[in-house]
Amino acid sequence: MNLKLRVWRQRSAAEKGKMVTYQVADVSPDMSFLEMLDVLNEQLILDGEDPVSFDHDCREGICGSCGVMINGRAHGNGLFDSHPQTATCQLHMRSFKDGDTIDVEPWRATAFPLIKDLAVDRSALDRIIQAGGYISAPTGTAPEAHSILVAKKDSDAAFDAATCIGCGACVAACPNASSMLFTSSKVVHLGLMPQGQPERDDRVVNMIHQQDLEGFGGCTNIGECSASCPKGISMENISRLNHDLLGALRAGARPKS
Amino acid sequence: MTVTHSGQRRTPKAAKTSSVFKKVVMAVSGIILVLYLVAHMVGNLKLFAGAETFNGYSEWIRRIGEPAVPGQTVLWIIRLVLLVAVAAHIWAAISLWRQAKRARPQQYVARKQVAQSYASRTMRWGGVILGLFIVYHILDLTLGVANPAGHDATPYDRAIAGFSNPFVTLVYVVALLALGFHLRHGVWSATQTLGQSNKTRERTVNAFATVFAVVLTAGFLIPPLSVLVGIIE
Ligand code: HEM
Ligand code: SF4
Ligand code: FES
Repeated sequence: MNLKLRVWRQRSAAEKGKMVTYQVADVSPDMSFLEMLDVLNEQLILDGEDPVSFDHDCREGICGSCGVMINGRAHGNGLFDSHPQTATCQLHMRSFKDGDTIDVEPWRATAFPLIKDLAVDRSALDRIIQAGGYISAPTGTAPEAHSILVAKKDSDAAFDAATCIGCGACVAACPNASSMLFTSSKVVHLGLMPQGQPERDDRVVNMIHQQDLEGFGGCTNIGECSASCPKGISMENISRLNHDLLGALRAGARPKS
Repeated sequence: MTVTHSGQRRTPKAAKTSSVFKKVVMAVSGIILVLYLVAHMVGNLKLFAGAETFNGYSEWIRRIGEPAVPGQTVLWIIRLVLLVAVAAHIWAAISLWRQAKRARPQQYVARKQVAQSYASRTMRWGGVILGLFIVYHILDLTLGVANPAGHDATPYDRAIAGFSNPFVTLVYVVALLALGFHLRHGVWSATQTLGQSNKTRERTVNAFATVFAVVLTAGFLIPPLSVLVGIIE
């Protein structure tokens, strides 16, 4: 198939960027979106031009490195009824039609400063995790797994929340550029587990504090995040985070400054 | 590691002004306003009971609590609570609006929204419409300065005089539709903000929000429209 791509090109955060149009010929429907970008880049290199920068690693939808806006949707999620929500690397070109025009843009948020072209710096999400997305456990011999019982419904909900791969699509899709879905998934997956209880109050308070410091917007419960999330993280996690935060503030937890 | 002391009273600034805290302020103040609106809507329906009942009701509001407290005390407490709620609501809304603007200074070239509703998209500008309407509404029916029958007319006469004018009624219709949308998303959003939603409840909460918004809006719209078409004269 032959495609017309309009790709955001920007050499660095300091310079101005713009959409640049490219024709990509002979794209196989079995290629992933990233492989299609590889084809474009090979062509650009042969033409002596600068290839398009984009992030990727596992290319199997589990690492969270990849992610671009495709026709105005994060990872292209929501564009195709037939296609389940995935990361960009798992979107295949058979979802498009020959002759399509595809707009490709980077995640846009103050908290995700642009590095080059489609690559943005998402270390703000790492810092939110550092602020509280951990548990403290003694090292040494692993305890018997059955020694701490967890209710099935809690372990299921915790597991669902833990599937977040930290890609940042929720932020990119949110009209407020809020990272609430990401942060809530981290708060909830630990908060539902017995091992996560000692730090539960501090966790939510510090992670929200960090989220605000990073320059993300506030959540207004619109739901574009969940509709764009490759893992389908549910909005219920946001409600759970809010519940934890109110409880923590009542109990006197305050963010470390 | 945060050191927490039970009974710690003083809150560092950051906690008080976190984005979630502002949302909670918005939710709680919104709920106060909604409770008032329910009572207000029911009160308005008394227009159907005629001038005497309606004016009597208006009188009664001014006398609640008498003789235990001097006249108008309760009325002024209600007004004060509403004023504080509106101020807190607008403060949180503007503050979060600015935070959201700062969070994405550069817009996308191509953008497609699939999840957001009309109601959720218009919370901010719809809220501005409501704010302006509240000012006009007070000038019209509470103070009477913007009312054709004027300040000295009875509350019933002021309502009839105002709503007989199609333009006045149109303003009310637009504002109340904006209110309906605001509450459609607001009720759902407040439930999330206060941590009371989950996957199983989500549908019920959303259904309730819709029904509630429709009933409240309809309840408010009926009296003005009835005056306009002459059912109430
Ligand atoms: C004066 C103008 C007003 C402005 C600027 C305003 C603005 C807003 C904004 C921006 C939100 C948050 C939207 C979101 O979460 O998506 C909101 C929520 C809400 N508003 Fe208003 N509003 C106004 C008046 C009112 C009035 C008169 C009522 C009462 C009927 C009301 C009830 C609510 C409720 C219940 C919420 C939900 C709280 C939450 O999001 O957690 N608002 N408002
Ligand atoms: S919640 Fe979903 S969209 Fe957001 S970072 Fe995690 S996996 Fe990506
Ligand atoms: S490259 Fe790892 S999720 Fe796409």
